[in-house]
Amino acid sequence: MSRLSPDNEELARTIIGRYPRSRSALIPLLHVAQEQEGWVSRDAMAHIAELLGITPAEVLGTCSFYGMFKLEPVGRYVVGVCTNISCLLLGGEELLEHCEARLGVKAGATTDDGMFTLEDVECIAACTDAPCLQVNYRYFLNITHDQVDALFDDLRAGRRTDEVPVHGTLTRVRQHVAPERWSGHGAEGLPLPPGQAR
Amino acid sequence: MAVSDAAPIISTRLARPDGHTLAGYEATRGYTALRKALGMGPDAVLEEVKAANLQGRGGAGFPAGAKWSFLPKDVFPRYFVVNGDESEPGTSKDRPLMERDPHQLIEGLLISCFAVRAAQAFIYVRGEMALAQERLATALNEAYAAGYVGRDIMGSGWSLDIVLHWGAGAYIVGEETALIESLEGQRGMPRLKPPFFPAAKGLYLQPTVVNNVETLSNIPWIVTHGGAAFAALGTEKAAGTRLFALSGHVRRPGVYEVEMGTTTFRDLVEAPVYGGGIRHGNKLKAFIPGGASAPWFYPEQLDLALDASVVGPAGSMLGSGAVVIMDDTTCAVRAAWRLVRFFAHESCGKCTPCREGGAWLEKILRRILDGHGREDDIELLLDVGDNISPGPFPHPPLDGVAAVPFPFKQTTICPLGPSAVSPIHSSILRFRDEYLIHIKDGRCHLG
Ligand SMILES: Cc1cc2nc3c(=O)[nH]c(=O)nc-3n(C[C@H](O)[C@H](O)[C@H](O)COP(=O)(O)O)c2cc1C
Ligand code: SF4
Ligand code: FES
Repeated sequence: MSRLSPDNEELARTIIGRYPRSRSALIPLLHVAQEQEGWVSRDAMAHIAELLGITPAEVLGTCSFYGMFKLEPVGRYVVGVCTNISCLLLGGEELLEHCEARLGVKAGATTDDGMFTLEDVECIAACTDAPCLQVNYRYFLNITHDQVDALFDDLRAGRRTDEVPVHGTLTRVRQHVAPERWSGHGAEGLPLPPGQAR
Repeated sequence: MAVSDAAPIISTRLARPDGHTLAGYEATRGYTALRKALGMGPDAVLEEVKAANLQGRGGAGFPAGAKWSFLPKDVFPRYFVVNGDESEPGTSKDRPLMERDPHQLIEGLLISCFAVRAAQAFIYVRGEMALAQERLATALNEAYAAGYVGRDIMGSGWSLDIVLHWGAGAYIVGEETALIESLEGQRGMPRLKPPFFPAAKGLYLQPTVVNNVETLSNIPWIVTHGGAAFAALGTEKAAGTRLFALSGHVRRPGVYEVEMGTTTFRDLVEAPVYGGGIRHGNKLKAFIPGGASAPWFYPEQLDLALDASVVGPAGSMLGSGAVVIMDDTTCAVRAAWRLVRFFAHESCGKCTPCREGGAWLEKILRRILDGHGREDDIELLLDVGDNISPGPFPHPPLDGVAAVPFPFKQTTICPLGPSAVSPIHSSILRFRDEYLIHIKDGRCHLG
């Protein structure tokens, strides 16, 4: 339950500076908040609202539309099993049932030890490698039930953390632009005759 | 069997271990098209793209060159947005392009922005694609540092910033006006067209081009080889090559780059280098020719060409290049239910027929599957569907009834609503007996 850390506030200001209008940074900033805590708290939303000059209700309005933002704590590992059409045809539902049995929770729930949240998800654009799942948005393709068991055991034992960071960490590489390389043309919002530099 | 011997255009680096790095890209002619384009000038580049007859690969199939020409004259600033939200069930071809050849997309975007005189560009990547985001961030960092992006690109005096933007899980954001809303920090709800055609009133109500990842990945090749060379591939109405994601009950599911127009669905399914036939020697039951939103085809349509101008009049769409194969072990009711559940879940809620109708369609199908179906449920499904998409609904010719061509009509703001009707109409049309067994006997015809 906290506001953005000083480092993350700094990062937030950099991200805001890339857009012609600050509110465009809202979703990226919500990702920063979720990375910090694993979910998006009301305090973080209030802080983001301050940074963008909008109301906390506007932040919540956008935040609650998008399924990836968790409004309460979730497991260290969010397991999303695709059951959409291409996966359904090749055992996606059975894969989900296997995960439910193995973790002892139904889709939508978190294990008692807080390690895993299981989700029944829509197509994750890996249809040609069905059945498939994601753990914290890292892909496991053409996966067998035995491989699922081994994966869960590994994660529980603290292995494979280089492959799967904890929930909230979406990308471990961020866009960086050296100030002298940034043109700023978009932000100035002026007509741009081709072939001319400002 | 027509397996094209034309060299691939956009998938050349997908198998290269270093295809995603700047070094790997530069070693394979990377950024040479950008240099050439900067020398040609914006108008000459636009002419090449027009001559290529490059149809959009995101779903609607609108020619890119024509779309760029719609930007109102002398209205600036203009913006460019890359649609990397790929989430139409069955579709998985933009993700490999972003993960394994991010520089090709960046170069295509740079050239396109130069051609339309855009002030700034945004690459909107689907939130769930962590690796694609990392690869694009790395590639952009490399390209900025090397002078390909940002201030005074390659010493030409021309400048452009590209911002990597992440989504956060919402299928509807793939629709271009919802994508723009989302990029403005709003809930991802589509805007009415007219007046909000992106070319006229897009991002921040300025003229904006939205193009799909695969569409833009073709641009470097077109500039290097000329629009005419691209148009020479395929047929007059279906130019170039295209990535198709072939999934479901084939021996070799995969993403294949095939020549448009000259290749048929049968080639894609049966050729040993593509699908290799239906698995286990089973029989084909039905297939979805262009992503979950598309009305289904049946075995009689296998010989149709991969060409929007052929598929549309035949009652469906080529859509997002996703071909989903269902063999005779598939329950049509179950497949329809799962697709409808998707559309019901992903409705943005802005229009009543989609929000309420989609949810009811899902509930009715669920009760049929659970053995509680009622005798008039089939008519009820069709009636609810008719409120979302007033009939006759598109379908291929069947039992002496002529085809009803695509597109469907809609009582909704965007085509997501009617998309929920596709699986229902397609399954009832051909597999009504399976519904009847579920309703009367409370079981699946497969036992
Ligand atoms: C419900 C819906 C979802 C869509 N999803 C996507 C998508 O994920 N990716 C995409 O490129 N286009 C998608 N589109 C199509 C876009 O609205 C738009 O036509 C396309 O991005 C334009 O790019 P193109 O002309 O290069 O194809 C979707 C359309 C609708 C109606
Ligand atoms: S058709 Fe559905 S998804 Fe599209 S605008 Fe209406 S409610 Fe939203
Ligand atoms: S249907 Fe499962 S990844 Fe697309």
